[in-house]
Amino acid sequence: MADAKNMVYLALQNNEDARPIIEAIEEDNPHAEINHFPAMVKIDAVGKLIVRRKTVEEKIGREWDPQEIHISLVSLSGNVIEDDDEFGVERDN
Amino acid sequence: MSRKLNLRERYQRMTRDLAWEPSYQSKSDIYPQMEFEGIKIEDWDKWEDPFRLTMDSYWKYQAEKERKLYSIIDAFAQNNGHMNVTDARYVNALKLFLTGVSPLEYAAHRGFAMVGRQFPGAGAQVACQMQSIDELRHVQTQIHTISHYNKYFNGFHDFRHMHDRVWYLSVPKSFFDDAMSAGPFEFITAISFSFEYVLTNLLFMPFMSGAAFNGDMATVTFGFSAQSDESRHMTLGLEVIKFMAEQHPDNIPIIQKWIDKWFWRGYRLLTLVGMMMDYMLPKKVMSWREAWEIYFEQNGGALFEDMARYGLRMPKYWEQTIEGKDHITHQAWGIFYNYTHAAAFHTWMPDNEEMDWLSAKYPDSFDQYYRPRFEHWREQAEAGNRFYNPTLPMLCQTCQIPMGFTEPGDPTTIGFRASDFEGNRYHFCSDGCKDIFDNEPQKFCQAWMPVHQIYQGNCGGATVPDVLDWYHLNFGVDNFDYAQSPDRQHWQQWKGEAAEESDAPDEAA
Amino acid sequence: MAVKAITPDYKGEALDGVDNFHGNIMFHVNWEKHLMFCAPLAFAMPPDAPFSTLLEETLPTAYGYHPDWKKVDWSKVEWTLDHEPFDPKPDASLEENGIVHRSLLRFTVPGAEGIADSGS
Repeated sequence: MADAKNMVYLALQNNEDARPIIEAIEEDNPHAEINHFPAMVKIDAVGKLIVRRKTVEEKIGREWDPQEIHISLVSLSGNVIEDDDEFGVERDN
Repeated sequence: MSRKLNLRERYQRMTRDLAWEPSYQSKSDIYPQMEFEGIKIEDWDKWEDPFRLTMDSYWKYQAEKERKLYSIIDAFAQNNGHMNVTDARYVNALKLFLTGVSPLEYAAHRGFAMVGRQFPGAGAQVACQMQSIDELRHVQTQIHTISHYNKYFNGFHDFRHMHDRVWYLSVPKSFFDDAMSAGPFEFITAISFSFEYVLTNLLFMPFMSGAAFNGDMATVTFGFSAQSDESRHMTLGLEVIKFMAEQHPDNIPIIQKWIDKWFWRGYRLLTLVGMMMDYMLPKKVMSWREAWEIYFEQNGGALFEDMARYGLRMPKYWEQTIEGKDHITHQAWGIFYNYTHAAAFHTWMPDNEEMDWLSAKYPDSFDQYYRPRFEHWREQAEAGNRFYNPTLPMLCQTCQIPMGFTEPGDPTTIGFRASDFEGNRYHFCSDGCKDIFDNEPQKFCQAWMPVHQIYQGNCGGATVPDVLDWYHLNFGVDNFDYAQSPDRQHWQQWKGEAAEESDAPDEAA
Repeated sequence: MAVKAITPDYKGEALDGVDNFHGNIMFHVNWEKHLMFCAPLAFAMPPDAPFSTLLEETLPTAYGYHPDWKKVDWSKVEWTLDHEPFDPKPDASLEENGIVHRSLLRFTVPGAEGIADSGS
């Protein structure tokens, strides 16, 4: 099935730095599935997952550089897409 | 009107655009290792940078990771965090980690610096240079973190010396020596793709989750700190394969051979990790069998379906790993139990609850093949006759593990393979290891095999105490069963636990 | 197949040729179905040592711990040497018996299948 071939994920540490990022992902990616593991949150989706700078900034009340996600990243799967406004993974088989 | 550069432009200006075409030296003189492996690269500009980290961002975020890590390590040390582990038996997993894995991080640091110098493409150079510094950071965080345990437990004191000499540590050492003495394309396929992409979860998850489940906050912390770099490493691995595969069809069979070789070497190396998961964690995370099913059979299966578009297939002998998952960890624990007198960490027999967990997790193998010998050993140990194997084992020439693996299809018979090369015979544990030798005999005939070196008199002397001395192993302290170890005695004192019946000192081997 | 190397006609130095063992040969023995001994064993002995030394001293020391050892009757034991059936001459030397550097001896004791017949 095409969906299974296009699974992507982001796995983040389950800490205060990552919390607004995880919330932003939930907001901007309604098709995403959030799974909790010990000390880690894994977010799966078909096709694409996007972290939007603006959404995170709304949540934390300061400027946020999408590359800050590096501090909280545990693992990912998919082709990385990044620019000044967002960081994400996608797959299109 | 000037404007700020966007991320893509910044990255381009500060990496690719700083490269140049040489005008008065030939490329093949500047990059002399590009041809000999047979890999053909037509256009390095087709390399797609997995991430766009410029140096300023790199240092900013890495420094932040370091600050966070070391404040946690300080708190851990100040609060005697080592007292929160489930049981001092757990600490033996860390001994195996510091002596076996941390030196590989250092080797990776050197290896990526080497290949970063050898690749002509600016994108590849940048990624390798960053990874080289990442790996140096990893080994340093591990040393700093585990040094706290060194104050309270035995076996940590000379990890660097031991890595180069001790019999079981030649398994991880030879793995990386093989990669580092290979060409740059093989190195990066072996480490970035096969190890850091295909098999990474089978190293990271067992140790770090094992740490989390067993109260080891320090290891969890350095684990997460390292893991945040691993996402970059994983994507480098994938990019490398895609790039080589897309550059020239002639590359495909070469890449496939490397995938076959490094999958098998990685699988054999991970035996130590599987054993750790099944036997060395007082609180278990999951079984090796389960981990292999999730992280290789499912995830790996999906990955190689993806790779099929390039003409790459599943690694050779992958089917044997499906059968092997029921056996290798029990066989490995048996090897270390046999030779604990010569190891810088302790072993023990599982208790009844642990044996029942093993029965439940390994319904097709544990009770039939392994429980009988373990129960016998346990009885003997309780009677003051703990088993220590008095004879050196036969080693596989390629993976260097004692030949404790059984023939596929028959878990009661050791698997034997052999090859002759230039007047000498070589022995292997499996088809996978034999194939690796047969493809590069000039390389593997040079292996420094611990048992053979002992018999050649190159390891400090003819007796076991001589050799252990040469290892810098403290006799009666670092080795032998956990039951009589100073580690256990100290733990019981610190925890105010009463000593038990079976604490009478055993016969030394 | 040859290793790919940056110097042409690369040759490696084999570390384990018989000349490095100070007059000994290194060979291997496996007691089939007794995996309590986790792996086959490695021995270094002079090639002119009598085979009987193996039977009377070396192997009892190596394997005596096992409860099945008392079942060993050398007259009934089945041997292979490098995967061929082998009928050892105890009074002859290792060398005279055809045991050379890196040889593999495997033996089976009829009726002995290890702890609880599990192959241990």
